[in-house]
Amino acid sequence: MIREALFFSAVLFVIGVVGVLTRRNAIIIFMCVELMLNAVNLSFVAFSLMHGVAGQVFVIFTMTVAAAEAAVGLAIIISIFRHHESLDLKNVNLLKG
Amino acid sequence: MRYHLFYQFHFYLFGLIAIASAITFVTRRSPVTAALWLINTMFCLAVLYIMMDAQFVGAVQVLVYAGAIMVVFLFVIMLLNLGRIDEITDIKGPGIRIAAGGVALALIAELLVLTRSKTLSTLELPPAQENIVNPVAAPLFHDYLLPFELTSVLLLVAIVGAVIVAKRRT
Repeated sequence: MIREALFFSAVLFVIGVVGVLTRRNAIIIFMCVELMLNAVNLSFVAFSLMHGVAGQVFVIFTMTVAAAEAAVGLAIIISIFRHHESLDLKNVNLLKG
Repeated sequence: MRYHLFYQFHFYLFGLIAIASAITFVTRRSPVTAALWLINTMFCLAVLYIMMDAQFVGAVQVLVYAGAIMVVFLFVIMLLNLGRIDEITDIKGPGIRIAAGGVALALIAELLVLTRSKTLSTLELPPAQENIVNPVAAPLFHDYLLPFELTSVLLLVAIVGAVIVAKRRT
């Protein structure tokens, strides 16, 4: 059971990484990051079968961080959209040398 | 043994549905469709959590992730008007309809099998846990009390930051 869960977790994480690398829409990239967090949560729960309940406690913390990240990140996305009238990340190159 | 097979089948089933939904999510062009597929992935992950004896985490996954965080995402997508309205008609082709009907028939057949047969009621199930929140909550308030308090500060900072960043400058 743990092996299968870790396999699913790894595949989901890789899908999230591929999404972050290939997409250009800021909000989709952000959702891919959420998918990666979910994949990590799955492996936390799988390990909590082996090592006790601490893994589930860490999942709660991860969800809190994900909620905070969603709030701040979406606020940033809204202000990017107000500035550029698009969410294409290739427009966001203010700090590029 | 039979329970084990049943359990394993559904574990694989929901894991594969989660992966398939995630792949569909990454390849969709419309942000609204992508968000809905991601919600499907999160529901399947909640099923996996519950099957791995983490019922509380599964419930929180549905409430917080699928219920709150993704609603905020959808809200922002619709606020920024990113959904595509290219397709006039909402009804998909016959292939999709046949597939959806097949899924519905399979689910109904499974339900019928489960209600007719007595296998599930006579199985050697592990004893149900009396309290599913307590094992998670007790370490949260004892061993991890400082990180728990820090998350409240984190949420406060996030709220203040979100308001300040998203505020329209007048």
